[in-house]
Amino acid sequence: MKLDKQTQSDLFDYLLRLGDDRLILGHRVSEWCGHGPILEEDIALSNIALDLIGQSINFLSLAGKVEGQGRTEDDLAYHRDALDFKNLMLVEQPNGDFGFTMVRQFLFDAYSLLLMEALQASELKELAAIAGKALKEVRYHLRHSSQWVLRLGDGTEESHRRVQNALDDLWMYTREMFESDEVEQRLVQKGIAVDSTSLKSGWESMVFQILKQATLEIPGEQGYYSSGSRQGIHTEHLGYILADMQFLPRAYPDAKW
Amino acid sequence: MKKEEQIIQALRQVKDPEVPVLDIVEMGIVRGVEITESQIIITITPTYTGCPAMRVIEEEINQVLKTEGYENVEVKTVLFPAWTTDWLTEEARLKLKAYGIAPPEKVNEVDLNPFNWEEKKVACPFCESMNTSLTSQFGSTACKALYYCNNCQQPFEHFKCI
Ligand SMILES: [Zn+2]
Repeated sequence: MKLDKQTQSDLFDYLLRLGDDRLILGHRVSEWCGHGPILEEDIALSNIALDLIGQSINFLSLAGKVEGQGRTEDDLAYHRDALDFKNLMLVEQPNGDFGFTMVRQFLFDAYSLLLMEALQASELKELAAIAGKALKEVRYHLRHSSQWVLRLGDGTEESHRRVQNALDDLWMYTREMFESDEVEQRLVQKGIAVDSTSLKSGWESMVFQILKQATLEIPGEQGYYSSGSRQGIHTEHLGYILADMQFLPRAYPDAKW
Repeated sequence: MKKEEQIIQALRQVKDPEVPVLDIVEMGIVRGVEITESQIIITITPTYTGCPAMRVIEEEINQVLKTEGYENVEVKTVLFPAWTTDWLTEEARLKLKAYGIAPPEKVNEVDLNPFNWEEKKVACPFCESMNTSLTSQFGSTACKALYYCNNCQQPFEHFKCI
């Protein structure tokens, strides 16, 4: 891969964003393994976690190659600290109840579907290939999460109340998905990255339609929105995930399993 | 038989660890065999990115080809074009059905749309009835969904169309 210094550093950063979103969400979802409300959901969530972690392996492994320092996907997952993680704050939020997990998943899946679709046209063919592969899985995830949002939103009084609360709590983390910065813009110019701002209207029409059908109230545009995770700013929750996820390989660097 | 074909035949000994009735050739996992002066390159593609079977498959390819007397084998993984159930051979579909797994239909519009509420209709592999219902889109492995036959009252798995 022949890249100039600036593009190499931008691309490394961009691939970390893509990889970290899926790594952290995959880790979160995997926390349901053995705790699912019914057996089928336990299996479904474990499958989804596995897909997400598989996708993150692809993005992080490519990041390592682009960086050219010999770092593998494992090095990047286990030996970076919170400030170096570039995932959205949305995906690091604790699972809450099952409804909360499904709303978080739904908001992310709709975004991921549009992003993977668009990334298939990337000039960087390795990146386009990973996106095309992930897209098939994301379709299944979105089908699953949107069906649960519908069932719970348009379900009992209690399920409706719970998912409405989840939606209200998570809404402040949604705007970040559609924020762009210099790193991304330079890669957009080169035809490598997707402009995040271009995904907003498609996401809104998809998400709003399901939320309406689910009889849920769409939170207003006003209110506080968090920002900055692409630059390494996170909520307090990320540190705990990393402590859990990174403890073993750091404490026992030669461990094999 | 050409050397490439012999290698393909040898690779048919490698089964998918999660669907042991199928081998990796009829599953469409093997994408190519290339013989250069110094080595044999086997190109494979994963079914699902998180599929834990891929590493086992890679090890087995090396094992089988070594046993068959081939040396300097390299296994390469490609992601593009992404694996699709449309690559399953007709023979593979019949084997799946005999094994009790409803084989995938050709990928169509319904499969490509994440918002198809009306459940996809799948025939029961035991009694052929179309009176079946989806239990869960995620089965025991990433590649399968869970169904229930309302006619013969048996649960069964369907190979998801992707
Ligand atoms: Zn039946």
